[in-house]
Amino acid sequence: MSDQSCVYIKKEWDIVAARQMGRDIATKVGFGTVDQARIATAISELARNIYLYAGSGKICFEAIETVQKKGINIKAIDEGPGISDLAQVMEDGFSTSGGLGAGLPGVKRLMDEFDIVSKSGEGTTIESTKWLR
Amino acid sequence: MRIPILKLHNYLLISIQTELDDKTAIQFQEDLLEKIHGSGATGVVIDLTSVDIVDSFIAKVLGDVVTMSDLMGAKVVLTGIQPAVAVTLIDLGIHLQDVPTALDLEQGLIKLRQELEE
Repeated sequence: MSDQSCVYIKKEWDIVAARQMGRDIATKVGFGTVDQARIATAISELARNIYLYAGSGKICFEAIETVQKKGINIKAIDEGPGISDLAQVMEDGFSTSGGLGAGLPGVKRLMDEFDIVSKSGEGTTIESTKWLR
Repeated sequence: MRIPILKLHNYLLISIQTELDDKTAIQFQEDLLEKIHGSGATGVVIDLTSVDIVDSFIAKVLGDVVTMSDLMGAKVVLTGIQPAVAVTLIDLGIHLQDVPTALDLEQGLIKLRQELEE
């Protein structure tokens, strides 16, 4: 059983819209307040990265339910410039925008599964899942 | 969207009760510094009781505003950080170690008074 919805990231306020929708879905799946905050924060970081580095893109959410477990899957998709050095962006404190450099390594810690695919000049797709415990 | 800043004697009190988007956060930073400058306030309490998410950008803006206010001569205390927000900040790797905090507004005012030795 699955149910997918997306928020398009074009302007700054879309970052807020994305994390609100993510939180709503996380609540419906049954996550507690701390995990809801983790999921909303992860979405905020992913959406901001799209806005800052790719200009536009989308965040898609899917409530996943298998026989054994439930969770939320988040996909951040953009067709921006791509990331040339993936190892570097996963380092704590690395930033090209004057930020804290906490974004992507932070998302990895906030969520349970994290996968990033990026091609220079073609874009970046980040897929991340949080499971209900 | 602007966050109201209240003046109480030598203090400025702010309760953030709105979803913080980037623009609102930056606008608040500017507004607070202007208000410190204009009012001569020596202490500031920023209450985050109603804030249910602080991502790395908002954390940076808050941390910066504490440092900026300090440069101007006003002490800032952050109060009411929710348990879920504390957990996510640490997951993000953000420790805000140099930022004075207190459990709630009341404790925040006590802390300010101590810091300012009034």
